[in-house]
Amino acid sequence: MNALELKGLRKSFGKTEIIRGVDLAIQAGERVGVIGPNGAGKSTLFNLISGRLRPSSGEVRLNGKRIDGLKPYEINRLGLSRSFQITNIFPKLSVFENLRCSVLWSLGYKYSFWRFLANLHDANQRAEKLMQMIRLDGKHDVLAMNLTYAEQRALEIGITIGGGSDVILLDEPTAGMSRSETARFIELIKEVTVGKTLLTVEHDMGVVFGLADKIAVVVYGEVLAFDTPDAVRSNARVQEAYLGSSVADAQVGEH
Amino acid sequence: MANPVNRSRWVIWSAFALVMALAPQVFNSGLGITVLSQMGIAIIACLSYNMLFGQGGMLSFGHAVYTGLGSFMAIHALNAATTGGLPLPVALVPLAGGLAGLGFAVLFGFVTTRKSGTTFAMITLGLGELVFAMSLMVPEFFGGEGGVSGNRMVRDGLWGITFGPQIQVYYLIAIYTLVCVAAMFAFTRTPLGRMLNAVRDNPERVEFVGYDTQRVRYLAFIIAGFFAGISGGLAALNFEIVTAEVVGAARSGGYLLFTFLGGATFFFGPILGAILMVLAFVLFSEFTRAWLLYLGLIFLLMVMFAPGGFASLIMMNVRVASFGRLRSLLLPYLGLAVTGLVMLVGGTSLVEMVYHLQLNQSEGPTFTYLGITLNVASMSNWLGAGVVLALGAGLFDLVRRRFMREGSVVQVAIEADVKRQGAPR
Repeated sequence: MNALELKGLRKSFGKTEIIRGVDLAIQAGERVGVIGPNGAGKSTLFNLISGRLRPSSGEVRLNGKRIDGLKPYEINRLGLSRSFQITNIFPKLSVFENLRCSVLWSLGYKYSFWRFLANLHDANQRAEKLMQMIRLDGKHDVLAMNLTYAEQRALEIGITIGGGSDVILLDEPTAGMSRSETARFIELIKEVTVGKTLLTVEHDMGVVFGLADKIAVVVYGEVLAFDTPDAVRSNARVQEAYLGSSVADAQVGEH
Repeated sequence: MANPVNRSRWVIWSAFALVMALAPQVFNSGLGITVLSQMGIAIIACLSYNMLFGQGGMLSFGHAVYTGLGSFMAIHALNAATTGGLPLPVALVPLAGGLAGLGFAVLFGFVTTRKSGTTFAMITLGLGELVFAMSLMVPEFFGGEGGVSGNRMVRDGLWGITFGPQIQVYYLIAIYTLVCVAAMFAFTRTPLGRMLNAVRDNPERVEFVGYDTQRVRYLAFIIAGFFAGISGGLAALNFEIVTAEVVGAARSGGYLLFTFLGGATFFFGPILGAILMVLAFVLFSEFTRAWLLYLGLIFLLMVMFAPGGFASLIMMNVRVASFGRLRSLLLPYLGLAVTGLVMLVGGTSLVEMVYHLQLNQSEGPTFTYLGITLNVASMSNWLGAGVVLALGAGLFDLVRRRFMREGSVVQVAIEADVKRQGAPR
């Protein structure tokens, strides 16, 4: 069974159709890079899958179950988690609290107000472990708003994987990072998403080819190609639409 | 690390209980005990308000709806109990208020907490007005102009507790205050309490870690309503009369204003705010007729210069002290205090003269303020006060600049300390 499946997915804002019939089937454990030029609809696609936006028509299935039209928290509870292109964390909470917030629901604590957080050993251990995984264990009590940009991006990933979802969507995880930071960060992402189904939106070609088993090329709200990196690279239509640019060539060459 | 934290927590809570137990021995006049009783009531109300405002980011303009309706239900429960219909001990009447607050929060919160931000604020404002209007339209329940009165006296109470003397009511209030404060503090340490902070910080992200933000807000609103109702119930017992103004906008505004003044970002801030509220309403209002003007000015200055309220000012200095650097700020502080006082004397003299001119002209042109006889008919008096104000303000600004420089030096030094050895715990 497919971990994630999109069938005839469409989304319009007013008269403008942004997503124009996307079909995509992703198997469990696959790492998929979603690429495409600016405004192609990559982020919109993520918003449709994660419940931030409601599709105009079509289906989204998570492990065979329809999730289109559900609320973000309902989708999250079913095992899909996402990160954001613009850092989306809890600025006035400490690193530890940020991570603990991300694990509470999955451990079944729900809205309880008759238990002390300090006594929730499984949640605290998981938050501590997450903190080590994203290399922020020295920043236990630092408020998230006082972290450096790269640290905030790492925290963003930590919150995303905190609930233990099987399907992870990362929206430009390395956006705004320097080249060396990006390289290190990609290793981190690989490490913390082992065994999970991963979808990543990326601008940086080198990053995508290094991270993904399969590449989906989105152009003007349609999936132009969905194949292995090598096949995508040699795909004539893709080259014409996107990869052929000298910028992309330069990026691939550098990695 | 856990042990010293636990120990200091024990010390703080014991001290809090001790202060409440011994306060009536120190302030043992009738007025003293009245003020202390009202402080307990206000502390519960402001803390419950801050559950929404400081912890949940919900700016409510209608919190008096829940304290006020709690008061009305409690006074009706009290009357039902004293006439013999209801087998409810007087000491548990505040709980009836709490249940009423909870019930109305379940009802109204369902509507208000569907939205956040400005929309939430607007709906609470509208609901507050609605309930206030209702209070005048349904005299059967709200008692019309005269309100509803009751009698808390128990004829032959257990161990001589009749709730006749104010001191007995004070201790009842003190026990409720201690338990409620502890419960509300405990709430901040629970999963729901923490997710409420998360909803305040970033509601969108909360939806993507599995939580329904509306549900989080709604549950917190209900819990806040419960404590607000208890506060209202205690007020009903304390005053033995409940009038329509307890659900009014002025009361709601008071909770907002003083919670903010006390400091919404720290748990103990609203406690300070509540104490200030009672002092302002009961004592300060006796002292000068211009008290609302002063209050407005203080609020204005606080919003502009110290948005974290008194609690954040205190904690800032505690932090400086914990790094052993408070000493270098003592002199500038002294300067600020002295010049500020000069400015205050000049400014308030002017205000008092204006008020005298407008309101008390029939008593003649002279009046005594701070031991000085001021004459509103004399130009030199006006000029004198103006000069004192200008002088104070000028000097204050000089000292303030100096203080800012000194303060930033201290901050830089502390940052360096933190980098070297980590923050002290």
